[in-house]
Amino acid sequence: MSKKVLTTPIKDEDLKDIKIGDIIYLTGTLVTCRDVAHRRLIEEKIPLPVDLKGKAIFHAGPIVRDLGNEKYEIVSIGPTTSMRMEKFEKEFIEETGVKLVVGKGGMGKNTEEGCKKHKALHLVFPAGNAVYAATKVEEIKEVHWKDLGMPESLWVCEVKEFGPLIVSIDAEGNNIFEENKVEFNKKKEEQYKLISEQVRFIK
Amino acid sequence: MNVIQDKTQQKERMIELMSKFISIVSYKLPDDVENKLKELSEEEDNRLAKIIYKTMFENQKLASELKRPSCQDTGVLQFFVKCGQHFPLIGQLDNILRESTFKSTKETPLRHNSVETFDEYNTGKNIGNGTPSIFWEIEEDSDKVEIYTYMAGGGCTLPGVATVLMPGEGYEGVVKFVLDRMTSYGLNACPPLLVGVGVGTSVETAALNSKLALMRPVGSVNENENAAKMEKLLEDGINAIGLGPQGLKGSKSVMGVNVVNTARHPSTIGVAVNTGCWSHRRGKITFDSNLNYEISTHKGVTL
Ligand code: SF4
Repeated sequence: MSKKVLTTPIKDEDLKDIKIGDIIYLTGTLVTCRDVAHRRLIEEKIPLPVDLKGKAIFHAGPIVRDLGNEKYEIVSIGPTTSMRMEKFEKEFIEETGVKLVVGKGGMGKNTEEGCKKHKALHLVFPAGNAVYAATKVEEIKEVHWKDLGMPESLWVCEVKEFGPLIVSIDAEGNNIFEENKVEFNKKKEEQYKLISEQVRFIK
Repeated sequence: MNVIQDKTQQKERMIELMSKFISIVSYKLPDDVENKLKELSEEEDNRLAKIIYKTMFENQKLASELKRPSCQDTGVLQFFVKCGQHFPLIGQLDNILRESTFKSTKETPLRHNSVETFDEYNTGKNIGNGTPSIFWEIEEDSDKVEIYTYMAGGGCTLPGVATVLMPGEGYEGVVKFVLDRMTSYGLNACPPLLVGVGVGTSVETAALNSKLALMRPVGSVNENENAAKMEKLLEDGINAIGLGPQGLKGSKSVMGVNVVNTARHPSTIGVAVNTGCWSHRRGKITFDSNLNYEISTHKGVTL
């Protein structure tokens, strides 16, 4: 199977045949965007300083080296728990026209709806692989909202074949984590029964 | 005067060594974790899981080559200290560990992960009120100090939980408490996990035990026969759930389950869970009274 690479700007049609569990790679613009940035746009109604239409955001707080003269280098970058942005993501997709939301772990109903209605994907970059990810960032083009501190600033990155990105919610609103959870919980109940019979140490 | 001068120099020397050690812990996993991950990846047959393991090994290789933190979340630093009563810098040790953290943060660099509570600002130094967290034990008649260094990332700290059960709920209750946490929070804590279970008399004893359990090597076994049995049952049980790396399914879920236990009140069972993620960055270093050091968790590594 050949490598599936999406290049920004991404259009609705590009996402048509992509299903949960697929692996894709991203080339183009990826902007870090996490808790406070979501809160500012959705709750405080402060417009984002970057146009995200057709682009990708990354729930991530990087370690960045300041090279002086407004030049920066990514040292380590990796995803943070996406679920924290669940509250805002549907409206965020709606307002920005962002096409890919990259993070860690699953997201919920809201994001499913947002992805389905506005044709977007939620993707998982395997967390903890921050140096690997950093080597796929070619350049930091801009940085905004530096007042939020290093992890929360909007770092506008040019990436090349950034991935592997695992599709966790597809443009039909299917959600791999929700499907897995049903199975995990069933197995957990079975295991509980098995184990609990063998740990009756208090007699 | 001479003696004081000596102490200042010694202190500086130890800060120098400790900050380098912290840096190494940020980009190189301990041998037990590395070996276990390798073993798990070899047993894996899930397609996604295999790709994730491959990414993990490439990442660790790059991190140690480039000497960069392997995960961007370098956590809140936590130190578990066993200090001999005659270790010359016993009184300075808290400060030494604080300053080492600050120095390593600048030099490695590590992420700034200290937010003052209520005032809600990031100190920008990776140290704050009570961070790094330092836990003490004093050893009689010794002049050495053993220091576990641990980077407690946000994702793997989040599943932490403690409660007090009634004896009527028994160890069955402990099992339920642990398993429930795995399928809710454990999923997002970057499995395969090292699960620390603490059993004791109250929430804080259980909680500390559960973190100490994460300092124990992967594959080590509790001395108590029943506790060891529960470790194995939980390990097999959680593995059977098949969380896989990143909670995206796979043939296993954990690197292991470690239980640390202390005595309890007749009417209570304190229980706590702590999780270490696949990127379980802990290291153990021992200094003698002349500051000669030995690193037992990372073979072949020198500062
Ligand atoms: S849980 Fe561990 S590996 Fe995952 S992002 Fe946090 S520190 Fe990194």
